[in-house]
Amino acid sequence: MIINHPLLGPRDISEFVYLGDASLLKRPSWDGNKSEEKFYEYLYLRDNVAGIHKELWFHQYGDRSWLIVTRNTISHEITKVELATDISKKLAKSNE
Amino acid sequence: MNKFTRINSSLLEKNIEINFEFNGAKYKGFQGDTLASALLANNIILIGRSFKYHRPRGIVSSGSHEPNALVEIMYKDFAEPNIKATTVELYDGLKAKSQNCWPSVKFDLMSINDKFSNFIGAGFYYKTFMWPSSFWEKLYEPLIRKAAGLGKLSQSKTKRNSEKGFLHTDLLIIGSGPAGLISAYIAGLSGVRVLLVEEDFIYGGSLNNESFYISDMHPQAWVKFILKSIKKLSNVRIMKRTCVFGMFDHGTFGALEKLKDSKIEQIFWKIISKKALLCSGSLERLIPFQNNDLPGIMLSASIRSYINRWGIKNFSDVLLFTNNDDAYSTAIDLIENGINCIGVVDVRENPRTFDSRIKVYKNSQVINARGKLYLQGVDVINKDGNTKHIKCRYLGISGGWNPNIQISCHTGVKPNWNEKIHAFVPGKNNISTHLKASGSANGIFTFNECILDAEKNVIAILRDFKIKPKKYQLPLIGKQASDISPFWYVNYGSKRKWVDLQNDVTVKDIEMAYLENFRSVEHLKRYTTLGMGTDQGKTSNVTGLAILASLSKKPIPEVGTTVFRPPYVPIPIDSLVGSTIGKNFKPIRLTPTHIWAKENGASFTESGLWLRAEWYSKKNELNWRETVDREVISVRNSVGFCDVSTLGKIDIQGKDAQEFINKIYCNAFAKLSVGKVRYGLMLREDGLVMDDGTTARMSENHFIMTTTTANADSVYRHLEFCHQCLWPDMEVHLISTTDAWAQIAIAGPNSRKVISKIIDPEFDISNENFPFMACKEISICGGVIARLFRISFSGELAYELSFPTQYALSFVNYLMEIGKEENIIPYGTEALGVMRIEKGHAAGAELNGTTTALNLNMGKMVSDNKDSIGSVLSKREGLNQSDDLKLVGIKPINSSDQLISGSHLFDLSSKVNPQNDKGYITSSCFSPTLGSYIALGFLKNGTDRFGDKVNVMNPILKKQFLAEICNPVFVDPNGDKLRA
Repeated sequence: MIINHPLLGPRDISEFVYLGDASLLKRPSWDGNKSEEKFYEYLYLRDNVAGIHKELWFHQYGDRSWLIVTRNTISHEITKVELATDISKKLAKSNE
Repeated sequence: MNKFTRINSSLLEKNIEINFEFNGAKYKGFQGDTLASALLANNIILIGRSFKYHRPRGIVSSGSHEPNALVEIMYKDFAEPNIKATTVELYDGLKAKSQNCWPSVKFDLMSINDKFSNFIGAGFYYKTFMWPSSFWEKLYEPLIRKAAGLGKLSQSKTKRNSEKGFLHTDLLIIGSGPAGLISAYIAGLSGVRVLLVEEDFIYGGSLNNESFYISDMHPQAWVKFILKSIKKLSNVRIMKRTCVFGMFDHGTFGALEKLKDSKIEQIFWKIISKKALLCSGSLERLIPFQNNDLPGIMLSASIRSYINRWGIKNFSDVLLFTNNDDAYSTAIDLIENGINCIGVVDVRENPRTFDSRIKVYKNSQVINARGKLYLQGVDVINKDGNTKHIKCRYLGISGGWNPNIQISCHTGVKPNWNEKIHAFVPGKNNISTHLKASGSANGIFTFNECILDAEKNVIAILRDFKIKPKKYQLPLIGKQASDISPFWYVNYGSKRKWVDLQNDVTVKDIEMAYLENFRSVEHLKRYTTLGMGTDQGKTSNVTGLAILASLSKKPIPEVGTTVFRPPYVPIPIDSLVGSTIGKNFKPIRLTPTHIWAKENGASFTESGLWLRAEWYSKKNELNWRETVDREVISVRNSVGFCDVSTLGKIDIQGKDAQEFINKIYCNAFAKLSVGKVRYGLMLREDGLVMDDGTTARMSENHFIMTTTTANADSVYRHLEFCHQCLWPDMEVHLISTTDAWAQIAIAGPNSRKVISKIIDPEFDISNENFPFMACKEISICGGVIARLFRISFSGELAYELSFPTQYALSFVNYLMEIGKEENIIPYGTEALGVMRIEKGHAAGAELNGTTTALNLNMGKMVSDNKDSIGSVLSKREGLNQSDDLKLVGIKPINSSDQLISGSHLFDLSSKVNPQNDKGYITSSCFSPTLGSYIALGFLKNGTDRFGDKVNVMNPILKKQFLAEICNPVFVDPNGDKLRA
């Protein structure tokens, strides 16, 4: 498996550590309404996608970037690789 | 054997004799031989016994599709089973022996199975060994284990010298037959970076088996000719003895190279290629008929390859049986080399005439083979139903050709059925853009068409690379024939017709599976074991499928095909590991003071990758306990030091560093002032404890966090996740500095006295100016930068001093010298552990991934009025039950009773059973301070039960003690010593 790092180009899977669904970026607010329920959903409820899936990979043996990899879980084709910071910054902006 | 018994072949070096052993007898072969060709040359046809019925079996093929000729190869002190004799390059001193037979291959006692074959057909195990269940362990399993399996492992620990490596290329070409060679030539000439990989120990693929002329050249001469041109191209790398065994995601391929005359015996290559061409050729099929498994019955083209490539002359009285034109090439080569070819039995009504010298039995079928250990003759039936016995020693079968498509299916692409050649060809979808098949792997069998197909595909790849092809010439030959009429098995007679020779699967087994409703091809495979084993059904899968199709009266593509998965050939597990075993897999990390510790009597313990000093024995000490007791007492009475550099150190800087740390730890950090250290408890988002440590604020925007040794990596990764994924707008920078700073704990009532002598005089560390939990950047020993933290794991007045790692060795020597007056001693991790248990500090055994802050009596620390990781879910009901486990201290009533970690706690009033379990012990030790064994553990409602007596049970060691629950802080519960 090869991940095309947005800064470093194509890198082998052995340089990465997998975390999980990229929905982990959408951490709920701690003091909002029903925060416990929202955290429960955030942490435990995942879509089990057969198809396009966004997931988090850490470039542990590299530049220590967290990446969001868009991967087809059936064909394993990777269509997009983004820096998690870029996405989380956008998310933060849209939440403002 | 002498060299004149072999036909001349340019691929056999008759000047180089090779000695080898088979089943204890000595033989000779030549350089260029495989074990199989050398055995054939020595008239050895019977090679082994079959897997299930122990039927005598011989060599069937000449390559990695061989189902039968499996042997055990003996090395110096280990043996490797299930090696195909057809793929073993003969070397001097090779020792091989037959498998699945006892006492000998000619007289095998287990062949009794064959007599009971009516009882052990398809699904036998499933049907028979169902009841009674008690028979399983006593009878069935030992029986099956004894009889089952291909070959035997030698159980030796010897490992071959293996390596792993990466190869990067733009075009990978798998196979060096006509399609592979011409593709490598065209692409290489045009400037593409090419890697040509060949499984065999010579290049040329099928061309090595043939005798037809290419551009006025013998095929083997043509191979040499084109290879010469290819080798001139610096952008082309060619590798032989290297089998591409699998295609994986994103243009990644696995290949295993076997090296000859090299210290390294095998290399597992991970090949990354932009494009790949599958030029793996095609494999001939067998045709099942009665007793078609007798030694002497082979594939037609394999007989041809033994003649043309290996010069085997001692075939005699060869009959051929075919449904296609290819067998006639074998007939001609037999005749040309003076070997008696009895004729060709052709199932077709009107095959064209190839050579008037060949006797053709057209519209006929071989219905039965005769012989016991060897083929002695066959019965042939003609269209009128007349049977005739024909004496023969060899029978060459050609049931048509299967393109060798396995690798094209590895990424999940289903193959397509091709009506013209009656075989599967590689399927296409958008992932297969990485890989195209050319030539006979693509179902295109004649030389000319194969070359043209390869040309077409390689030109398309050049176009994708936007490279213009350079001028080249194609080799072409006269017209070849490749007519075929579908014919799958001979439907005469009631004796067994073998489909899968390796797994002893017959036509009848397939019929039975069908009758019992195992009709999906995947069910058929598992019920009959068709297509399993070391050859993965390369000669049998399609035939089995066709038989299933004819039973269900469906066309073959509707019946489907089984899924091909990597590896294409068996891959020894040790090759995947390469050299990364033992310390290469788990390298050793040494602490900065390791060398000094070793010179000063330390024993070491593994802590993750680290080696840490566990204690420093003195000569007069009888056992480790005595040493550890002394170390603890010395620290508690005066002073000692311990290398704690293995703790993770994360340097955190930036405008928002404090806010960031405040969100990471569940306890309050917002008000930590400069020059102070605080204990921090880190939760996972689910509310359970992740790690703990201390964080020091060195200056306004500079913090130093420590983690436990074990979690240094994962905490750092977590911090980066929190920063990059959750709070990207925070201005904070993280870096791991574990290796950059040595850290020494100096503990004991005299620690201040010792430290005062080390630090440079301008720094004041009096209790007033440097109280408990203070930190400061200082200098030591006359100007060496250092950081001093007044923190204590032991419960004593203590400091941790860190400084750049390179000073560590001179520092400890200096420290020992300067601390002489106070009798300073080094102490190891065991004394460290004893003192932290005495002090009731939680460590790895308590932070075990199941505990909460509440369990650790730190529930009140979890701040309610800030956002931190895990704070919300730590409040959920399930983690806040009234009878939650609480960290407690445990003292045995009889102080010499050794409490054991992992023991469980029970009320005195209740029976000892899992339902009444009240908790467990996590850490235990002998406390020299208290003169008693002590322990830490978790007990339901533990904090309310100090003074209660409990039963401590260890059912594994069958031990039971009476103990008392107490405050987990055994030593100095008020913390007076810390603050002294």
